[in-house]
Amino acid sequence: MNTIDITNSLEKDKLVNTEQSQFTDKSQNHGTSYVSHFEPQTSKKQNSTEIKISAQDAHVYYGDFEAIKGIDLDIYKNEVIAFIGPSGCGKSTFLRTINRMNDTIDGCRVTGKITLDNHNIYDPNLDVVLLRAQVGMVFQKPNPFPKTIFDNVAYGPKLHGLARDKYDLEEIVENSLRKAGLWEEVKDRLNQPGTGLSGGQQQRLCIARTIAVSPEVILMDEPCSALDPIATAKIEELISDLSEQYTIVIVTHSMQQAARVSDRTAYFHLGDLIEVNSTEKVFTQPDHQLTEAYITGRFG
Amino acid sequence: MSTSNTSSPMDQNVFDPKAAAESRERRKQVIQKSLAKRHRKEKAFRYAGLSAVVIGLAFVALLFSSILAKGLPAFWQTSMNVPIYFDPKVIDAGPVPVRTQGETPAHYQERYVDWQTKMGMVDWDGIIVNGMIAKDPALANERDYLSSLYASSEAYRLRDMVFADPSLIGKKENINFLGDANVDVWLKGNIDRSLPDDQQQLEPEVRKLADELKAKGVLENTFNLNLFKNPDSRSSPAISGLAGAFMGSLFMMLIVIIIAIPIGVASAIYLEEFAPKNIVTDIIEVNINNLAAVPSIVFGLLGAAIFIGWMHLPLSAPLVGGLVLSLMTLPTVIITTRASLKAVPPSIRQAALGLGASKFQTIFHHVLPLALPGIMTGSIIGVAHALGETAPLLLIGMSAFVASIPTTPFDQSTALPVQVYLWQGNELRNFFEGRTAAAIIVLLALMIGLNSLAIWLRKKFEVRW
Repeated sequence: MNTIDITNSLEKDKLVNTEQSQFTDKSQNHGTSYVSHFEPQTSKKQNSTEIKISAQDAHVYYGDFEAIKGIDLDIYKNEVIAFIGPSGCGKSTFLRTINRMNDTIDGCRVTGKITLDNHNIYDPNLDVVLLRAQVGMVFQKPNPFPKTIFDNVAYGPKLHGLARDKYDLEEIVENSLRKAGLWEEVKDRLNQPGTGLSGGQQQRLCIARTIAVSPEVILMDEPCSALDPIATAKIEELISDLSEQYTIVIVTHSMQQAARVSDRTAYFHLGDLIEVNSTEKVFTQPDHQLTEAYITGRFG
Repeated sequence: MSTSNTSSPMDQNVFDPKAAAESRERRKQVIQKSLAKRHRKEKAFRYAGLSAVVIGLAFVALLFSSILAKGLPAFWQTSMNVPIYFDPKVIDAGPVPVRTQGETPAHYQERYVDWQTKMGMVDWDGIIVNGMIAKDPALANERDYLSSLYASSEAYRLRDMVFADPSLIGKKENINFLGDANVDVWLKGNIDRSLPDDQQQLEPEVRKLADELKAKGVLENTFNLNLFKNPDSRSSPAISGLAGAFMGSLFMMLIVIIIAIPIGVASAIYLEEFAPKNIVTDIIEVNINNLAAVPSIVFGLLGAAIFIGWMHLPLSAPLVGGLVLSLMTLPTVIITTRASLKAVPPSIRQAALGLGASKFQTIFHHVLPLALPGIMTGSIIGVAHALGETAPLLLIGMSAFVASIPTTPFDQSTALPVQVYLWQGNELRNFFEGRTAAAIIVLLALMIGLNSLAIWLRKKFEVRW
């Protein structure tokens, strides 16, 4: 939990980025898988069992209202975990506790223990700025800054002093945009405002902006709910690619999306974590009756 | 439909096309009937709104046309161009004293003051009158009345010219003289010409003379730059101008800009973004809103008590006026700044925070630039409001008659709106009515300029997302 960690992971990224062509090839092979298969994919990769994030008896209160009623959950390194559940079940709230975005909400209180790499993220000594540099976030509505495309992506690295010089910064921006699959579309207009892009491009720009900081974990709060199916497909493809390097936690209302992109799925219901299992199991033989009721569309 | 056959409301399930058509027709008629009423209401509302706008505009047009009709002629004033011969025989004060070798400064000073006194006693009016006769020899018969035609202070102006440049003595020069205020009133028809002699300001001979000279073109109506160059004057109303009040207002605006805007914007940012939401900040917020509604004259009392009574700052000074107006403007700046900070979409804050920007960075990199147009607009409108404020200035001595142009914020001064107030109460009513309207025009022009600047800034810096 110090700045050296960030720089190390940045170096690591660069190594990966040198294998760019291979990377893009792979994503193209992947290209057809998004056409809606409701049946879950078989596990895409060997899941690690190294615990990245761990919640123990986590409670979240908004004033007197208990939004999360004691959750125990381990999230493994480099897995994609999807949070599903009906509206108001607390999945977004729980997502936001992981990078302490809940801090910005008045009257929000978290008890219990949530750790990132075995460090309690609610430790009063922890600097929330460092935490958010390690745990990036992509929001429901694309929210690029009203600045140029370049500045949008360069903002994070500049903020944290991750670029040695101008050329280094340009490289980071290009690599981030490449990883977000946006480079080819915007390389000739990096100086135009990011707000002038289409919705799907804006969301990919936001993802590029997030990965430019080289976080270890990316939180996505319904990243496709404001997008059309084609843009959604591109983002989902991107999530699959990113899972090679990042731990991804995604909240979604679309069960098809959860089935398509995630390794494991967690079902939330009224502030409780009902079930967490491999995505395949959740969608074929869920352990819990509520989960089954939800995924078969009886409510929610 | 088939699945809900069992439910009771669907008993008459037999489909009757005729009945269905009838019910459709009935429904249509019901809607059509209500439609007429709805459209009538909408139309009535639209006409009411339109007539409100028209009435409002009519009042504005009336205001502007009456002010312009009264004020514009005051920008032009009766004057005459006279060839002046600085006659050494009349200006008989001798040459300018030159300090001789070995003379003590005190002695030289004495000689110089002597010379000045002699110069002051020179018959300057005679020089002007001679000049007028030189221009039109027929005037020689009217010698006694000629000095009533020009403003009384013009003789002093001539004297000051020679003080400034003694080499003028013996030279000839064409000089513009402003007509006397009463002559101006008479020639512009601002006084009833049929009034009997005992109610006229001017003697009958002077009135006749003025009409003649006007017809001959000796007295002309020329653009009056003095209005912008001179301070107020009571002894010679014709030369009174706005320069003193304008500088006073300018100094006050600068003080308001230097004090109210930074403090207001900073406190708004703190209150909106950093301050914890608790009872203390709630009380502060309520009180700021209350302050915005406090009558401005109360701020004048406060200023008189604190800045003058306690801190002993000078009376009638733009410094004190600026401080009082700053206090008055602060709540406006704070409220508008907070409103524009609130208007920045929360998604931008979240984006920055999510990237690991600190609160300070989020606010200064993203929120503030987006709120800037609103902040500037609010500040400029606050300053424009302060520019037009009169009441608090009356209480700190800025309604005094000041016949000099202030050079620092510590000098005595009036302000533009106060000048309007002073002139409209002047006893030489029919002359100062035009002056008052002219001052209002200048004030309004400044206001409109400031407001246009606000609109332009908002348009220029507005970011669309």
